[in-house]
Amino acid sequence: MTTPEDGGPFVVIVNGETKQVDTGTTVADLVAEVAGSPDARGVAAALNGSVVPRARWSVVQLGEDDRIEVLTAVQGG
Amino acid sequence: MTQIAVQADIEPLLIAGRAFGSRLIMGTGGAPSLEILEQALIASGTELTTVAMRRVDPAARGSVLDLLRDLGIAVLPNTAGCRTAGEALLTARLAREALDTDWVKLEVIGDERTLLPDPVELLAAAELLVADGFVVLPYTNDDPIVARRLEQAGCAAVMPLGSPIGSGLGIRNPHNIRLIVQDAGVPVVLDAGIGTASDAALAMELGCDAVLLASAVTRAADPAAMAGAMRHAVLAGRLAHGAGRIPIRTRAEASSPVTGLLQQ
Repeated sequence: MTTPEDGGPFVVIVNGETKQVDTGTTVADLVAEVAGSPDARGVAAALNGSVVPRARWSVVQLGEDDRIEVLTAVQGG
Repeated sequence: MTQIAVQADIEPLLIAGRAFGSRLIMGTGGAPSLEILEQALIASGTELTTVAMRRVDPAARGSVLDLLRDLGIAVLPNTAGCRTAGEALLTARLAREALDTDWVKLEVIGDERTLLPDPVELLAAAELLVADGFVVLPYTNDDPIVARRLEQAGCAAVMPLGSPIGSGLGIRNPHNIRLIVQDAGVPVVLDAGIGTASDAALAMELGCDAVLLASAVTRAADPAAMAGAMRHAVLAGRLAHGAGRIPIRTRAEASSPVTGLLQQ
């Protein structure tokens, strides 16, 4: 993953909403914030249409205009 | 008598080598609360229950996953709401990552108005998911040819609809369901359209291996009572299917001796 070269905050799309994040923000940081807990049990994340395995959440850094989806199971179907 | 009847159905439902004591698969959509859903799931006796995948809602309280875990019910993620094979594949992969299961109820709908499956996207999705190692249980139209193609694609079961999702119209084409059952080499699960207990019993009498339903229970006035009714209906239909029903006749067939009648 690339991060903006100027090192400043940049914009990503999280679950369809724009969000400003700092350089170095990882998928793990974002999931913890969205899910409200760092372990985020029963949650999965996709970056630009591809699943990011849980084991890689803490090493994958976000880049400008990345689209992140954070999903979990709900009643339905 | 009851003991004998129950013992006659100890043969478990087998899907992809996994055995289930109950032939009723439950959905979770439409329940007014997690508490009511819990009562209904217990009353249903189900061992396998489907859940949808959606964006995390930080305001959501309670978790259907915790409920299923506490009840010891296996979770079957679905791809409800997906319109293309690509969406279904990503949703299934996220579910596999989130829920640690490679089972998926594959649902690819054609439009919001009918919620009917899109057979072209469905078959494409099934092929992608099977190739990716999933145990695929596709929700499909009551079309025997599509069902056959899904089985040939490697699906672990086929799940034809009785009628549109949530309609409660029951089984609109029993003949097609019977054709699917006769042809299938994998379990057939009647999925969608069930309105009341007799619909579930009919599905089993037609030879289906299991029934999947949600709205008929979760939107009933008394979900737990209807769940109990469905549990018994599935068992009754299964037993009736195996018991060999009498032929249908156009005229009466006396059940009392026709000789030895008094003469006056």
